[in-house]
Amino acid sequence: MSATFTLRGRKVVGGCFEGEALVTHDRISGWGGIDPRSGTVIETRHELKGISFAGKVLVFPGAKGSSGWSSQFHIARLAGVAPGAMLFNEMTAKMGLGAVVVHAPAMTGFTEDPLEWIRTGDWVRVDADAGIVEVTPRPSRSDPPIPQQPNGPQRTPAPS
Amino acid sequence: MRLRDDEKAMLAGDQGPAVQKAMDLLVRYGEALDAQCLVDTRNVAGTIGGATPFLRQYAEREGGMDAVFSEFNLDSAEVVRIPKVKVSSSHLQQGIDPRHAKRQGIGEDVVRIYETGQAYSSGLGVQPLNTCTPYQVGNVPVKGEHCAWMESSAVIYINSVLGARTNAEGRESTGAAMLTGKIPYWGLHLDENRRGTHLIQLDIDVSTTADWGLLGYWVGEQVQDCIPVIEGVSHQPNLARLKHFGAAAASSGGVEMYHLVGVTPEARTREQAFGASRPSAILRFGEAERCWAYEQVNVTAHDAQVDFVMLGCPHYSLEQIWEVCQLLEGQRLSANTQLWIFTAASIKQLADVAGYTRIIEQAGGHVMTDTCSAIGKVLPKGTRVAAVDSAKQAHYLPAIMGIQAWFGTTAECIQAAIDGRWKGVLI
Repeated sequence: MSATFTLRGRKVVGGCFEGEALVTHDRISGWGGIDPRSGTVIETRHELKGISFAGKVLVFPGAKGSSGWSSQFHIARLAGVAPGAMLFNEMTAKMGLGAVVVHAPAMTGFTEDPLEWIRTGDWVRVDADAGIVEVTPRPSRSDPPIPQQPNGPQRTPAPS
Repeated sequence: MRLRDDEKAMLAGDQGPAVQKAMDLLVRYGEALDAQCLVDTRNVAGTIGGATPFLRQYAEREGGMDAVFSEFNLDSAEVVRIPKVKVSSSHLQQGIDPRHAKRQGIGEDVVRIYETGQAYSSGLGVQPLNTCTPYQVGNVPVKGEHCAWMESSAVIYINSVLGARTNAEGRESTGAAMLTGKIPYWGLHLDENRRGTHLIQLDIDVSTTADWGLLGYWVGEQVQDCIPVIEGVSHQPNLARLKHFGAAAASSGGVEMYHLVGVTPEARTREQAFGASRPSAILRFGEAERCWAYEQVNVTAHDAQVDFVMLGCPHYSLEQIWEVCQLLEGQRLSANTQLWIFTAASIKQLADVAGYTRIIEQAGGHVMTDTCSAIGKVLPKGTRVAAVDSAKQAHYLPAIMGIQAWFGTTAECIQAAIDGRWKGVLI
């Protein structure tokens, strides 16, 4: 397993979470872009179409589309299928409000672009209050990212 | 974030628990944005309805509409009693048209919930515009006015065409703004964030409403949430064209503000549109880009038989309903095709008086209000293939409803409703 590394950024919503990364380079629509009751992306041309972000550390550029963004992710939180943490680059009003109502740790303003450094399946520990993200790359990281990669027994949480 | 004395008092609970929750949310939200302070607003457009299935169940389980407002408009799990709104507040679109509920496949129980919600909303003093286009029915903010609006197509319209100032707010932040008259002073409320970022030069004439929709769809994809400045506008666009342009750009990307040089109020010249900054990119919109947009908005469509023609995304203006009447008068819709046109209730009242509704109904179509197919998830039973004249609707409807959608001009859509078949082409 590759060595754990650290990214630094700004707290949007405080708290700690650790889990598996789900990374997309596509911005995400809330209303019309996700099914908030299953936590699944539904947008027609999205690279995560059909994939669930429930309980994942969702790493994405930011929010796009309808201003129903926050209410859809709000419903996802109440349905128990919101992301466990959100790391994103672009702050907008809908992204900021969406992060707030999800109540999960969220960060932005990274010194290094998380889209460049984190791959789907990596184990990620987010401490939003401290502004720190610890990333333990999954094995075989030279492989292209596999969005639906199942939980592997070999994966262990990064030491905290 | 710096709070003024009145804001500190609200946060301390001096105006009751609902206002306290509202201010608590605005502080959390403002700090998430890294805003310096809040700004006063007296113009809020949001949604507080509870007619969608999830919210209906929530209201039943958690104790009615105050519970829905507490959770979904204030982000408060604790149910607080909601007082009357403090500032002028417009309601955006709803989940059903109560007057066409049966046709939309909506049960009487849901109509009753809708009516309960409507009474609740009016009881709070929220104005029942019930449209995604408040600016078409009397809520027309002026240049420089600080607003707190949601609905991406309305946000981009009032920022760009009217010169008002709002970010794309959400259900929770507009709920908090209704009770406090405050919103984070951030983003498009500040002069320096309203200047253009990308220059778009038009190499072809963009004149029809459909063409403005295609341009918007391409621009949104290109600039995402940045601020495009479009130069080379050869035909003065009207309200409908700018409405469709903005709705499309806000759907394919996250555009909340644009400038049309020589047309929109903060862009008398290219220099004014960009201010002190220089364009980060210069892009050209020509025939190839127009074709790309056309293919993208038609990407889900392959069956020529059209079951359903949906117009009114965003809600149609009276002028657009009149245009449909000119295409439809004396014609008869295909027996296999439904035509639903969505607008605001107050526009429909005028369409009734003007005789437009009668012309559409005599042809076999229906004029519906308050909602649309995507927001209300309402389609004629058995719809597989829809036709729309809105790039925004072509973007969303297939994803939300799992159907195919053709995009074309209004005339092509009306012809599809008459023939029952799609014959649209990009000319």
